[in-house]
Amino acid sequence: MSAITTEQVESRVIETLASFGPDVSQITRDATFEELDIDSLDLVELAQVVEDDYGVILKGEDMKELKTVGQAIDLIVSRAE
Amino acid sequence: MRVGAQMRRRVVVTGLGAVTPLGVGAGVLHERWAAGECGIVDGAGACTDFDPKEFLSTKEIRRTDRFSQLAMVASGEALEQAGWNGDYGGYDPLRVGCVLATGIGGIHTVESNHDVMRDKGPRAVSPLGVPSYMPNAGVAAVAMKYGIHGQTYGVVSACASGAHSIGSALRMIQYGDADAVVAGGSEATLTEFGFACFNALQALSQEGISRPFDARRDGFVMGEGAGVLVLEEAEAALARGATILGEVLGYAATSDAYHLTAPDPTGGPASSAIELALKDAGKSVAEIDYVNAHGTSTPLNDAVETKALKRAFGEQRAKQIPVSSTKSAIGHLLGAAGAVEAVATLSALRARVIPPTLGYEVPDPELDLDYVPGEARPLIMSNGHAPAAISNSFAFGGHNVTLVLGGGE
Repeated sequence: MSAITTEQVESRVIETLASFGPDVSQITRDATFEELDIDSLDLVELAQVVEDDYGVILKGEDMKELKTVGQAIDLIVSRAE
Repeated sequence: MRVGAQMRRRVVVTGLGAVTPLGVGAGVLHERWAAGECGIVDGAGACTDFDPKEFLSTKEIRRTDRFSQLAMVASGEALEQAGWNGDYGGYDPLRVGCVLATGIGGIHTVESNHDVMRDKGPRAVSPLGVPSYMPNAGVAAVAMKYGIHGQTYGVVSACASGAHSIGSALRMIQYGDADAVVAGGSEATLTEFGFACFNALQALSQEGISRPFDARRDGFVMGEGAGVLVLEEAEAALARGATILGEVLGYAATSDAYHLTAPDPTGGPASSAIELALKDAGKSVAEIDYVNAHGTSTPLNDAVETKALKRAFGEQRAKQIPVSSTKSAIGHLLGAAGAVEAVATLSALRARVIPPTLGYEVPDPELDLDYVPGEARPLIMSNGHAPAAISNSFAFGGHNVTLVLGGGE
């Protein structure tokens, strides 16, 4: 698999989260999932997208610790390496 | 100890909401049906005027099947009319209930997720599948949206579901388990698979025409939509200054225990539902001014319903009472039908106008009641009493429900 850049992941995560409801302008690295009204069901859907696109498998316990968009992006990038 | 009627509380209607093939709104349903307009196009009663994006957020739409979206919008209209304005009409939220019916549930979601599984494997199925397609998804979505904290649950009895939900809500308030209940039903089954399944049963009109009680009727036309009522305990509703739109006077339900899909040909259990509902309401046959029939446009239903009405009212009285079918204007909304038809009946009583059975032109020699052919007519109240009507719902599975509805003073 070719190397995945943080920018690529960030763009994909923001696009996916925006499709769940929040306005794209609100979705920054520092934004918390709570602020964005992104809950556990949304994160399971995000995990499905990530698995589909990058082959990265995120389990429930991985997602539980995530509070911000940036943390999610960093986790995905680190797992993809 | 038998609980007598005197121990029960009165239940009034303070809000009506509907999304139907005639448009978004309870008012438009009555006005267009009474004007003789039909919402059926190409053999289906689709809610083509309904765009969920006009009413719901992206998040709400993504997390719900169409049947829940219809329920949320109809509930919103009913609650707005009741004037609750987010404060539960002043009721304790724990004393407010919600009972919403569906016959099928989220078939759009089942189908789309099944497609995903077939194409991409089981791991790709959405986590939103189950919470969207479960039959209680509609009531759950409405309870969450409006913060209803009392008893909330879904009701399932095929085409009697909507009427059963109103009956359940009536009892909840009558016996003091709740002070107000949002009740009704919704359905959205206009998919290729939905049509295939009902076609396999030979239940659908091959001509695509809904003409209940007409000699040429050849099946029902499937429709989609939602109907919702806000019910409140009468004294509390009056105390808070609510506008009383009508009253749920009585309810009864019976079961044919005869056949999975065909009605008992004697009409006996259906007739019993009507008789028991009248008794429950304390109404005589002389005090019923209108029958909103189940009237599906299937050969069997319309014949058996006619027979049941004659058994319950007596030949003579049955022939005097106007009988019309909402399904002639919007098709058969399955689990939503009983609720939408309760909305239509209450609107007719309130307007004192009986909408017609559209498309009824060729009388069936066996069916000899007054089916209100042609156009709407004024509601005539016998003896000057407050107007009252019954609304029938009969279902696959043999479920029979009759509601007795009052139009207020």
